[in-house]
Amino acid sequence: MKNPVLEIKDLRTSFNIKGDYYAAVDGVSITVHENEVVAIVGESGCGKSALALSVMGLHEQKNTKLDGQVNFGGQNLLTLTRSRLDKVRGKDIGMIFQDPMTALNPLATIGRQIEEPMDYHMKLSASEKKKRTLELLRRVGIKNEQRVYEQYPHELSGGMRQRVVIAIALACDPVLLLADEPTTALDVTIQAQIMDLMKELQNQMKTGIILITHDLGVVAEMADRVVVMYAGEVVEIADVKELFENPLHPYTRSLLNSIPSNMESKEKLHVIDGIVPSLQNLDRNGCRFAPRIAWIPQEDHEETPEMHEAAPNHFVRCSCYKTFYFPEDRVGEREYVATNS
Amino acid sequence: MLKFILRRTLLMIPQLILLSLVIFMLAKAMPGDAITGAFMGNPDATPEQIEKIREKFGLNDPWYVQYGRWLGKAVQGDFGMSYTHQQPVTTLIAGRVENTVLLSLFTAIMIYLIAIPLGIIAGRWTDSWADKLIVTYNYVAFATPTFVFALLMLFVFAFVLGWFPYTGSVDIKIESGTWAYMVSRAEHLVLPVMSGAIIGTVGTIQYLRNDIIDQKTKEYIKTARAKGVPEGRVYSRHILRNSLLPIAAFLGYEITGLIGGSVFIETIFSYQGLGQLFIQSINLRDFTVVTALVLISGTAVVVGTMLSDIILSLVDPRIRIE
Repeated sequence: MKNPVLEIKDLRTSFNIKGDYYAAVDGVSITVHENEVVAIVGESGCGKSALALSVMGLHEQKNTKLDGQVNFGGQNLLTLTRSRLDKVRGKDIGMIFQDPMTALNPLATIGRQIEEPMDYHMKLSASEKKKRTLELLRRVGIKNEQRVYEQYPHELSGGMRQRVVIAIALACDPVLLLADEPTTALDVTIQAQIMDLMKELQNQMKTGIILITHDLGVVAEMADRVVVMYAGEVVEIADVKELFENPLHPYTRSLLNSIPSNMESKEKLHVIDGIVPSLQNLDRNGCRFAPRIAWIPQEDHEETPEMHEAAPNHFVRCSCYKTFYFPEDRVGEREYVATNS
Repeated sequence: MLKFILRRTLLMIPQLILLSLVIFMLAKAMPGDAITGAFMGNPDATPEQIEKIREKFGLNDPWYVQYGRWLGKAVQGDFGMSYTHQQPVTTLIAGRVENTVLLSLFTAIMIYLIAIPLGIIAGRWTDSWADKLIVTYNYVAFATPTFVFALLMLFVFAFVLGWFPYTGSVDIKIESGTWAYMVSRAEHLVLPVMSGAIIGTVGTIQYLRNDIIDQKTKEYIKTARAKGVPEGRVYSRHILRNSLLPIAAFLGYEITGLIGGSVFIETIFSYQGLGQLFIQSINLRDFTVVTALVLISGTAVVVGTMLSDIILSLVDPRIRIE
């Protein structure tokens, strides 16, 4: 196995809601190795973006509590002072944001915005910075880089802006990239282009990447390993091939089952019952997915669900995966009442 | 850029024509005219003579001829005679313009000197005790009428403490052009400027504070932090640049808007400026003066709006028109 770049250990990110702290990320442990793409998937609200922002220390400090460890480059990022953290952010860790329409400062030129991290992390002259910036722009697939260098964000399309956002993340040759839904805000053709670009860059740069997404197509295309999150917890971790071929956790299986696979079939699309509970209403005892698979008897769940190594390097939480089935596969076999609790 | 400024300047012409037309119409709509004022009730003037004088002064001409004549003269700086002061309106205004410009300019500078630091402190450290203090000041000042506050300042600092003179724009015993004269002018300016600024600044503080709070939550601020930009720079380079934009855009408007707007302050401090002249002229029904002053402050607003547009187009790349 390669060297780990980032080790997240029992990370707990809690937000203050009306005086009480509720964990949005609830005891997550993930390791990312050199040159490895780890995808984090899950529904909206499962805590995947909160996780990325915790690693970067980008949560509003006042109402956020961070526990656990985020070990990177021999230090725990959670305990660093702001000025020490600023030496890591933008240099060794680059972040790609979700919405390129708002992620760029409307008043600064593209060139300025890409050069900014170099101001703080690299000792370069103005002309060296410009040279490097133009090179970065070319690398992210912008052809008229001289022109774009002088332009402002509003003069570029969404896809172009996302390329710029990627160029900013790459500005100081990071060893780790955090991509928080990098294609969600883009339209489908642009999504494919950006995904191709990320793959190409990953092949060249050999950086570790945490790819946060809810697009399983993106996961299949890019990831080496997949972490499935539900309600703030990791429910399954496996290599990408293993996960798609042999998904274990009921949530993972439900997610994969929700992909329309055959365009011609008139089958009803699988829908997971219910919604992700809000932070305040989440029952933190027992299996958190249990309310959404109400037909599975309570005794099939563990009281305090643990991660089990079901197959080599394939981890899954709770024992309910062993007896889980989809009710539509067994119509008539067993009585069940669908509930929307 | 030059093209934009030129186009924006040309756009002012129809605005100014419309403004002058409205003012002229309003003046015409008022009962009576210069002749009724001067000769009515004079038993020596026969109706035939009055009619003759009317004809001579062109008051029987159609309105557009009269308007053209009035505008033609106004453009050359001739607004006619003031009835009560018995001197040309232009001379009357010229003697006061300097005072008002000084007062407006220093009030505007003071407004920004107070608003920018306080707005930044309140916006950056929201909910801190400093922010709460500033917000309280905002609400109190917002609710205080300028004339009440100006009277209070006058009472405390001029009457009780005696630190500053409480009337006029300069000590009349001092010869003009000397150092002592300048000092005296400055002393006379302090209370009017502070009265206007302390009350007038609150809108700007509140605007800046709220805009900073708004900018803080923007995604590009996260981008900046993710780049490793230190917090101080996040504010100075990212948040403030964006938040000061609307303030800068308001600059032109604010400065010119103050020119006709210091009526209360000038009256309370007996400061010899245009605002005081305006109120006096209204009370004395001195309509040539009133019309000229309305035209001047109206023009100031039109010019101010243009300045604001140009400033905004200079600082905001999104508005730049090629």
